[in-house]
Amino acid sequence: MSSIPKELKYAATHEWVRNDGDGIFTVGISEHAQDLLGDMVFVELPEVGDTVAAGDDIAVAESVKAASDIYAPIAGEITAVNEELEDSPETVNSDPYGDGWLFKIKAEDPTEVESLLDAEGYQAVIDEE
Amino acid sequence: MANRTPLYDAHVKAGAKMVDFHGWDMPLNYGSQIEEHNAVRKDSGVFDVSHMTIVDVLGCEAKAFLRHMLANDVAKLTVPGKAQYNSMLNSKGGVIDDLIVYYFTDESYRLVVNSATRERDLGWIESVAKDFNVEIAEQPQFAMIALQGPKAAEKLKLVLGDEAFSKVEGMKPFMSAQVGDLFIATTGYTGEAGYEIVLPEHVAEKVWNDLLHVGVQPCGLGARDTLRLEAGMNLYGQDMDEDTTPLEANMGWSVAFEPQDRDFIGRNALEKQKAEGHDKLVGLVMREKGVLRHGQKVVVDGGEGMITSGTFSPTLGFSIAMARVPSSVGETAEVEMRKKFVTVSVVKPSFVRNGKSLV
Repeated sequence: MSSIPKELKYAATHEWVRNDGDGIFTVGISEHAQDLLGDMVFVELPEVGDTVAAGDDIAVAESVKAASDIYAPIAGEITAVNEELEDSPETVNSDPYGDGWLFKIKAEDPTEVESLLDAEGYQAVIDEE
Repeated sequence: MANRTPLYDAHVKAGAKMVDFHGWDMPLNYGSQIEEHNAVRKDSGVFDVSHMTIVDVLGCEAKAFLRHMLANDVAKLTVPGKAQYNSMLNSKGGVIDDLIVYYFTDESYRLVVNSATRERDLGWIESVAKDFNVEIAEQPQFAMIALQGPKAAEKLKLVLGDEAFSKVEGMKPFMSAQVGDLFIATTGYTGEAGYEIVLPEHVAEKVWNDLLHVGVQPCGLGARDTLRLEAGMNLYGQDMDEDTTPLEANMGWSVAFEPQDRDFIGRNALEKQKAEGHDKLVGLVMREKGVLRHGQKVVVDGGEGMITSGTFSPTLGFSIAMARVPSSVGETAEVEMRKKFVTVSVVKPSFVRNGKSLV
C-alpha cells in the first residue's frame, strides 16, 4: 500500500500538487508512480519562466526501467525547478512528496486545482490499474 | 497461479517486489535495483534462478547426441566438471536457446536452459534424442541460486565452512564440483567472479538465509538484467531468438566449425551465412543524458538496425545498449530517441568486467 497524503491533490497521470499559497503550487510524482518506475536515473525538468497548459508533457522521469512523461496538472508559469535532482534523481524514489519535488507553477487560475483528484479519488485510480 | 520457487517465502520476507516472469513469480528488486547491482560489482549478491530448467543427458550416446544437437562441440570437454557455453539451433541456424553444458563423463552431461523457453526446449531435445540411445531427465526437484561478486568466494567459505569450501577453492571459471548436497559451478551472468549453485529444494532456504546472514545482498531480476547487459551477455528472446543466428548475435565464438566433419544442426545454414555476410551485434555507448531502450531504431553506415537491449549502466553512469546492425557499421551510429536522433559511439558489446569499465 503506497502512501497518498490527504492534504495533496492528484492528477490521474500520477502527479501530486501542493498549495504553497499566493497562487504557487509545487508538483511532484506520487509514491505509487515512483514505485512503478523503479530507480530514477535522470529527471528532465522544464525551464523556469516556461508557460504551460494543463496536460502538456513538460518533464521526463527516466528510470532504469522506462522513460515516463510528466504532465502539467494545471496551467501557469514555471517559477522554480528542483535542481538538486540533476545530481541525485534517486531523491524522487526516497522522498517523492518532500525533497523529490519536481517544479513549482504559478497558477493562471488557482481554482483549477479544485478540479483535480483528492486522495480518495486518486486511490480509486490506482485501484483500477 | 504462477509457479513459485522454493525461495518464494524468503523473497516476500525480504520485502521483494514480486513480478510475473514467464509464468514464475520472481523478485524484481528488494527495494533498489541500483543498490543490488552495485553490491554485485563491489561485494556480493545472490539471485534466485530456480526457475531455470535443468536437464540431465545420460546414456552411451550422450556425447554423440550433444555433438549433433549443439553448435559448440562438447568433445572439447574432457575434464569432469568442466562447463561450456553453447546453443541449440534449428536447421536455419536460428537460436532455439542458449545454455550451459556441464560435463561429467562421455555418458553423463547436465544442461541448464532458459525457463522462458522450457517447453519448446524440452520438445526439441526429445525430438532430436529419438535417434540416439540417450535418456533425457529434467531435474525439477532442484533449486538454483547464483552467488556473484568479488567477495562471493569469501562469503561462500563462511557459509560452507573451510573443509567443504576447500573442494571449490581456487576453481577456475567454467568448472563445477559436487560438494555434499550442493552442485557448485564457477559460472554466472554478471561479469563478476562467483558461483551458480544447484541444490535440493529442502536446503535452498537455509543456504539462502545463511548467505544473507553473512552480508550477501539479495538481488532481483532488475539487477540481473543491468549486470548481464554491462557484461555484454545476451538475453534470449531479446538479443537473439529463433530468427537470429549465433553469428548475428555475437555468439560466433561459441560455434565450433572444427572439426569439419561434425554434423551439427544448423551447420549448413551458418556456413552459407558466413560466406555471404550478415548483420552483427555491436555495443552502443551514449554519454549524454537519456537511456537507450530496446526497440529503438539505429541508423549506421550502410543501413539501419535496432537496439536489442538498452539500459542505464549503474557502474558507468551513462547509457549502454546492444544493437543488431549491418556489418558496414562505422564508429558512430544515430539512435532515434523520443522523436530526435542522437549520435552514439559503437563499441564491442562488452562494457564492464570484474568491476572495471571496458569503454
